[in-house]
Amino acid sequence: MSNPAEQNTEWPLWEVFFQPSNGKPFEHAGSVHAPDSEMALQNARDTYARRNEGIAIWVVPSDQITASSPEDRGPFFDPANDKAYRHPQFYSVPRAVKKRK
Amino acid sequence: MDTQKQLDDFQKRIDNGETIEPKDWMPERYRKQLVRMMSQHAHSEIVGMLPEGNWITRAPSLKRKMVLLAKVQDEAGHGLYLYSGTETLGVRRKELIEDYIYGNAKYSSIFNYPTLTYADICVIGWLVDGAAIVNQTMLAKSSYGPYARANLRICKEESFHKKQGYEMLAKMASGTPDQKKMAQDAVNRWWWPTLMMFGPNDSDSPNSAELIKWGVKTKTNDELRQHFVDRSVMEAEAIGITLPDPDLTYNEETGHWDFGDIPWDEFWSVVKGDGPMNRERIKARRKAYEEGEWVRKAAKEYAHKKSLEKAS
Amino acid sequence: MSTFDTIPQTKKEIFTEILLRLADDRLILGHRLSEWAGHGPELEEDLALANIALDMIGHSSALYEYAAKLDNKPDEDHYAYFRDDIDFKNIALVELPKGDFAFTIARQFLFSSFSYFLYKDLTDTIDDEEFNGMLQKHFKEIKYHLRHSREWVLRLGDGTEESRRRIQHAFDELWMYTGEMFEMDKTFELATENRFYTDVLKWQIDWKEFINTTLEEATLIVPDYDQYMFTGARAGRHTEYLGFLLSQMQFLRRSYPDAEWK
Repeated sequence: MSNPAEQNTEWPLWEVFFQPSNGKPFEHAGSVHAPDSEMALQNARDTYARRNEGIAIWVVPSDQITASSPEDRGPFFDPANDKAYRHPQFYSVPRAVKKRK
Repeated sequence: MDTQKQLDDFQKRIDNGETIEPKDWMPERYRKQLVRMMSQHAHSEIVGMLPEGNWITRAPSLKRKMVLLAKVQDEAGHGLYLYSGTETLGVRRKELIEDYIYGNAKYSSIFNYPTLTYADICVIGWLVDGAAIVNQTMLAKSSYGPYARANLRICKEESFHKKQGYEMLAKMASGTPDQKKMAQDAVNRWWWPTLMMFGPNDSDSPNSAELIKWGVKTKTNDELRQHFVDRSVMEAEAIGITLPDPDLTYNEETGHWDFGDIPWDEFWSVVKGDGPMNRERIKARRKAYEEGEWVRKAAKEYAHKKSLEKAS
Repeated sequence: MSTFDTIPQTKKEIFTEILLRLADDRLILGHRLSEWAGHGPELEEDLALANIALDMIGHSSALYEYAAKLDNKPDEDHYAYFRDDIDFKNIALVELPKGDFAFTIARQFLFSSFSYFLYKDLTDTIDDEEFNGMLQKHFKEIKYHLRHSREWVLRLGDGTEESRRRIQHAFDELWMYTGEMFEMDKTFELATENRFYTDVLKWQIDWKEFINTTLEEATLIVPDYDQYMFTGARAGRHTEYLGFLLSQMQFLRRSYPDAEWK
């Protein structure tokens, strides 16, 4: 956590995630500054839910997020390209079943 | 130093219409230009709260009071989104804020004019927010992801700002003689400063070409201004307001409205700090910042104490 | 016409009076909070204070609108813009100038906690369905206002030396204005009989308990409840501050009363 001996009074940054409606996955909305998690929740609500944008909020200290780097793009995501069996289009369905839909 | 190969690859990504994200490689100059532009945009939202906030306590109906307060609050939100976007480029909000309240960082000059009557609030909604929407609609397609996303969110919220202003101005323009007088007077004062919001003519705008090359902007200052003038002429006519420019004429050839000379001397003077309200605006922002210091400190100290308690 | 010293007679008059008392408290405090717009200690807090101000002005507007129907007045603005200070029925606590952030927070905490207990009890009591629906909607927002101000009381009280000094001073100054929240006059008694209001004295002890616990947690000293208490604002005897607030709020609307401003 922050060291108050340091003269900087800027509050740490938090990333804000919203659940837009029941059953939906959380989405990144933006960030806020806040001294602690309770205030981060309140600030997130006051900043990103002014127009009823969500039903639930997560806040995470920004420095606690680990992100992949652009150089990882190849090794992380390309291998999936040749795993066609992971995609539904890979499988054929009998015509009769298709028709009934 | 950025190598030619890096620069070429970067340009290729831009030309392909790709979006640049914070961790992607970017030319140092691109980063710097973005920090400058995004933070100026953020400062403008925050300083922009002052001329309008000036009328919250005097708004003439409860409905208008709430509309105005909600709008000024949105501006705080927009400033916040934009600062957040800028922070992804590795700068801190505190530094950015101190750059304009103690240093030389700029914000939109339009907010250095005073709001004298309630009609000014309507005209700011109609013209100033209208101009901002033209700009921000373009910026919502900016090549830098966080900036584009901030603008997209702003555009969604801002359309109500323009509508409420235009609606109330229309009422005043067709209201009592006093209201008509206020409405026309406000338009007379705000029209030229609004046209200046799009920045200098393309021929005098050194940053423009570079920003377009990098896809930060997609249209030039003059193109945006023309688009705005064309639209405003129709909107003014519809509510019986006269735009204070005797040279406004429809040009059959171009299909656009030609307009008179913008008083650029005034523009440069206000940009340099000599406008009617420059000093007042900075003073107000500085006061809020300095008086907030003990509050920010107290909350931080409390959080620190609690984290120590938790740890022990 | 001034309303002080007159006791409403019919059910309708009593109900209208209650609506106006509730509405005036909320309009005046909302107005004071709105003065922070653009001047908050941090951007996030600017947004928070504006949200609370918007809620409170919104609550007042809805209450006025209801009163206007009962009272045969043109609209909500009639009450906000065309009455003088001696006709306003708000308690004095809400009309005091906004002060520093500590003062704003301390006042909000005192008022929101009162509102919380009041609305909780009212929504169980009120006979009128439409009124009850309105209160329940507002109650949700009041809960948030209370949470916001309570968290700040803790932070300022147990933050730095300076913040503790400031918020302690704010509570000490505000204390003499808390008495009016629990004053039961003839109108309130009649209203309680008619189930338009509730006997606030029956939960005053809960309110005190809540205040004491929070202030103690915030390492603050609870001021003396038995000190001199300001009184009379509900009957139109306000502080001098209200007149200035109203002259600002009402000037434009009153200068051009024939103009359309909605």
